[in-house]
This record gives sequence, structure tokens and C-alpha cells, in this order.
Amino acid sequence: MKNKMTSMSKASRDNLWTILMLIIAFAVVQGFRMGGLVNSHMDGMLVPICVYATMAVSLNLVVGILGELSLGHAGFMCVGAFASAFFSKLFENSMGVFPRFLLAILIGGAVAGLFGFLIGIPVLRLNGDYLAIVTLAFGEIIKNLINVLYVGRDSNGLHFSIKDQASLGLAEDGEMIIAGPQGITGTPFNSNFVVGFLILLISTIVVLNLINSREGRAIMAIRDNRIAAGSVGIPITKYKMFAFTLSAVIAGCAGALYAHNLSSLIATPARFGYNMSILFLVFVVLGGIGSTRGAIIAAVILTLIPEVLRFMSDYRMLIYAIVLIVMMIVNWNPTSRAFIRAHIPGKLSGGKKAAGGGEEGR
Amino acid sequence: MKRMKQFASLAITAAMTVGMLSAAVSADDAFKIGAIGPLTGAAANYGTAVINGAQIAVDEINAAGGIGGVQIEYRGEDDELDNEKSINAYNTLKDWGMQILVGPTTSGCSIAVSEKTKADNMFQLTPSGSAKDCTNYDNVFRVCFSDPNQGRASARYIGEHGLAKKVGVIYDSSDVYSSGIFATFKEEAPNQGIEIAVEEAFTADNNVDFSSQLQKCADAGVELIFLPIYYTQAGTILQQAAMMGLQTKWFGCDGLDGMLDMDNFQKELAEGVMLLTPFAADAEDELTQNFVAAYKAAYNVTPNQFAADAYDAVYTIKAAIEKAGVTTDMSISDICEALKTAMTEIEVTGLTGTIVWTADGEPDKDPKAVVIEDGAYVSMQ
Repeated sequence: MKNKMTSMSKASRDNLWTILMLIIAFAVVQGFRMGGLVNSHMDGMLVPICVYATMAVSLNLVVGILGELSLGHAGFMCVGAFASAFFSKLFENSMGVFPRFLLAILIGGAVAGLFGFLIGIPVLRLNGDYLAIVTLAFGEIIKNLINVLYVGRDSNGLHFSIKDQASLGLAEDGEMIIAGPQGITGTPFNSNFVVGFLILLISTIVVLNLINSREGRAIMAIRDNRIAAGSVGIPITKYKMFAFTLSAVIAGCAGALYAHNLSSLIATPARFGYNMSILFLVFVVLGGIGSTRGAIIAAVILTLIPEVLRFMSDYRMLIYAIVLIVMMIVNWNPTSRAFIRAHIPGKLSGGKKAAGGGEEGR
Repeated sequence: MKRMKQFASLAITAAMTVGMLSAAVSADDAFKIGAIGPLTGAAANYGTAVINGAQIAVDEINAAGGIGGVQIEYRGEDDELDNEKSINAYNTLKDWGMQILVGPTTSGCSIAVSEKTKADNMFQLTPSGSAKDCTNYDNVFRVCFSDPNQGRASARYIGEHGLAKKVGVIYDSSDVYSSGIFATFKEEAPNQGIEIAVEEAFTADNNVDFSSQLQKCADAGVELIFLPIYYTQAGTILQQAAMMGLQTKWFGCDGLDGMLDMDNFQKELAEGVMLLTPFAADAEDELTQNFVAAYKAAYNVTPNQFAADAYDAVYTIKAAIEKAGVTTDMSISDICEALKTAMTEIEVTGLTGTIVWTADGEPDKDPKAVVIEDGAYVSMQ
């Protein structure tokens, strides 16, 4: 093992550590759960943590590897969540739990990927700020579309409307599946920590492998210099589209996980709007743009902080903001990093630099 | 490199352990009641009202010797108006040892949490979760009217009192509450001989200019405009209607409660507005006056209907506990079973009326209609 490790490239070794970190964290938490040491508050947080960490991995692919700023990632999560919950509601009674949930996750990912592809066609012709603005608009459009969508089912089949519930004309035996702003109610509760962890692990492995593959190099070449990459014959649109769609698929899977963890799915502005997209961006930036591991750690910490600080009641939001600022300064400020390097000897400070700087990133 | 990762995993594990250690469940002799609502964010005034309203009731009961001599321990948690955070809040309260839940404040959160209370078989009484699906499970009851009930009651009230035949509706299609009321209003209107001549929607992203909606109402010559919306937008609508010189009757639901306390709102605009509300802070009865005085003394603001619903919720739980003879050493599930039965047998006279419950969790009380005259609520007969 040791020989093999040293003969590996630095990047592969780094990736292996990221995956090992995930597995160890999972094993530790799972061990605590088996031992009954995890209280229900923390236990309830595990699936959301997996959702946010997966979102961080997904957005890191667009922001860190592809180098484009997406401000609409909550929109993809929203599409995945509603598509999968819609599927689960339709087939709740006609399929077994396992195949249905698996299919629901795949459908969530596929539908979000389709949207990513469609949005990508016009969007990826844009650069920089323009792309950010269009993705922002996309996120808002998705949220508003879902809020006017009414879908019901009765013995005659499915009914759609974008007006109101009454215009569906449901028969007596009808039931609402998507009730406009009331969203989807009664999604089966299938998500659990193991499934969440597997989705996070698979997404991480896929993204890390991509980065070190031929395609990954091409994508990073486009990020570093679009014109130079084009001049050596890299099909820019194709690779941009590929990374963007893959990112949307992962976000859709995270959305499916999210939807099956709550019985009431509503496209509220706080949940699937601009604020959430920015939160995902914060995970990525704080974790070190381009560093998948950093993004996961940042997502876990930032999801836990407001909950762990509950005992401080109203002050916790204040503390959260302060922690955010302090983390940003300590992580990135050259003075503070020099201070850490000078005062914390050896490997730890070196490791700090590697994790913060994200060598495989920028 | 390796150290860093070990350090990171350690940090995460440490953070989780800290969370776990705070889980000590105490077993002293007191009823532990928890409440959930948004204390931060856009809807913070609703959650704060619920948590504070329940606190007033708990303090009163404890000062008067508790429930059958047993004190109440009470704790409120923030959910930021988010389903997921609401479940976190619920789990936090469960770790604290909560036996009975008052909340969550809002519909979406209430539905999400009811999935958890159902699994734990914990008794849940939501003060203000008004969407139909809030009480899907038999362990969940509510204090407020459901949205469908409000829509139906509004249509009936307008029909039975002959207020109007030709009605316009302006509602918020992106809001659960508003679209929920409108759906049943539209259903019931034909039965009451009401013609909905104009139905105009707006959304949360587009709620500042209502001139086109109002113009359509004016062109159709409606006699009454129904506003199943919250008071901030209603205030804007009234202002713009006054500027257009639109003369019509106005009718709303409990969302309009709070309009008169809005900053920079000319109260004469609201003159003659009718609304169905369970609670009016300036009502004359002794119960309301005592509550308003206590609330003002403690929090320095006038309580709204959310506070009143939560206050009634705590007294309802007290009545149900006394009826069922629940004791603090019973398990959460046993308490729930006992209270479920007791809920259908009690009658509570609270701030929001005299209430009895059906087994499906719905309160049965008379809707109160008030009309605004000289800047104050006056009961309508």
C-alpha cells in the first residue's frame, strides 16, 4: 500500500485522502449512531448535511473547475426535488420502496440534467458576469414556475393547470399532487444517512475522477484561458456543456434526497431562491475555490454552526456571520496565513496551505 | 497534508460530539411544553408572537399553581420559516425532553413536523398552521381556522348578509395561505349566489403595484373586492384604490389583522373594511383586556392573532390534561393517546372564541366578523 501510494501521482493521492476522509467521517458517525450516542437533533441533521455537501461538490465543479459563476444552483436542486417527489407521489402505491426511491433519485438527476443542458445551450455562450446573471434569472424562473403549477390526479388520469386548483376539474376521487404554492405534500420519507452518504460519495468520486481525466484537463484549460484552449482545438462549448450538465445532475440528485427527507416540499424563496444559491457559493468559496474536499468541509461546518449554536437563541445568527468572516480572513488573508505558518510548525501549516489554496484548483 | 485531513475530521467529529453531549434528558416533575416558530427572518413577527403568547399563558398558569399542582416548563425554538430547520427545532426540543408540542407557527413547517410527531406519537397542537394538510394525522390539532374554512366562511358571510352579488378577488398566487383561501372561496361562491367577476393574482415578487388589478375591478363594476391576503399588500391596495377614486366594499380574512398598526398607514383608508378575524386586541371582554395588558407589559407591543392562538393553545392543553388526568411520568405516546381522546371532549373559551374540536383535528368555532370604524374594530352582527 505504501509503495503504491508513493508511486501514485500527487493528485491521485490527494483524491484518495478526500474519499478516505468521507468514509472515516461516515464510519465514525455511524458508529456513534449504533452506540446510541447521537441525539435526535444531530441525527436529524445528517441527511441535510449530505444534501448540502453534495450541492457544494456540484457547484464546485462549475465554479472551481469550469471557472464560471453560477448563481442559480438552487434552481437545479429545486427541479430535481420536485421531479423526484412528483414521481414518488405517482408511484407510491404501485412500486416497492427500494426500486421507487432509486428511480426517483435517478429521475431527479436526469430531469435536472435535462434542464442544465437546455439552459446551458444559450447560457454557456456567455461569459463571466453575463452568465452569472442568466443563471440567477433561471433559478428565479424555476421557483416561480413551480409556484403556479397545479397537477392533480383522478380516475381519468393526470390534469395540469397553471391557473388554479379549481380549473383542474378533478373528479371526486381526485387528489392534488402539486398544489401550486402549497407544493407537494406527503412525499414518502425514504432518505436516510446511508443513502445520503452514498450519493455524496459517488458524486465526489465522479467529480474527482473527472478532474484528473482528459476531459477534466480540457475543462480546466478552458477555465484558465479560453482563447488558448480553443486555439489548440478543444471544443469549448462541448466541454463547458458537459461540466455544466453533470453539475446539474448532481444537484438534482441532492434535490431528490432533500425532497424525500421532508413531507412538505414548497418552493419558498428562502429554500430554492437566490439566497440558497449564494449559500452554496459560500461553501465553495470558503472551502477554497476548486477544492472539492474544502467545499465539503465548509458545507458541513456551515450547516452545523447555526444548529450547534441553538443554545444562544437569537445571537446565533450574529455568531454565524462572525464565524463566516473570521473563517474567510484566517483562511485567505496572507498575513494570517504567514502567522499560522510561522507559529504552527511543520506539516499542519503546510497542509493548511494545500487545503486552502487548492493546488488542483486555480 | 495528512495531518490536515485528520485535523479536519477530528474537528467535525468534535463538533458533533458537542452537540450530542447537550442531550441530557431531565426527568423532574413538570410538564414540558415546547413551541416552534420563526424568530428570525421575514416572518419573525409571527413566530415571536406565538412564542411570546404561549409564554404569557405558561406564566399565568404557573403563577396560579400549575396544572393540578404541577408546573409547566416551557421552551421555544426558532425555525427560520424553513421546513428543514423546523425539524431541527423539533429534534432539539425532543432532546430537551418535550412532551407536548405547541407549533409550528406556519403551515409548511407544521406539515413537515407532523410527519415527525406522527412517528414519535407526540401530541401536536398548532396555533396557526392553517393549511388543510396540517392536520392530516390524528395526533395533530389546530387552534386557528383552516384556510378552506376561512374561504368558505367568507363566501357564506358575504352571501348570507347580502353584502354583494358581483365580487372581485385579488390574491397572492405564490402564497399558501392566500391561494388556499381563494380555492374554497371560489368553490363556495356559486352556492351563495356570488358571481366572481374579476380574479386577479399577484406574486411575492410582484406585489407593489396593483393599479392594473384594481382597474379591472373598476371596469367590471364589482360591488365588493375580496382580499384573502396579508395586511401589508392590503394596505398598498387600499391606498392605490383611494388614489384611483375606486368606491367599493372591502372584505378580508384574518391576514388583514395588523393593518391598523402599520407604520405610515392612513387609518381612514381602512374605514369600512370588513374582515373575519378570531381576535381583536381592542375587544371589550375581560379575558382579552387582561391578555393585552400582560402582553404589552412584557413585550411592549400589541399582541396579534398569532399570540392569541398560541395563548389559547396552552390553555387548551391545560384543559385536555385535566380532562384526561395526564401525569408527568407517562410516556410521550401515552400522553398523546390520552390527549387525543380528551381533545374531542373539552370545550375551551379563549381569546379566539369558544372552541370544540372534532377528531380530525379541526376546531369548531364561530367566525367573528368585524368592521373598521373610526380606526378601530367594531363587531358585526
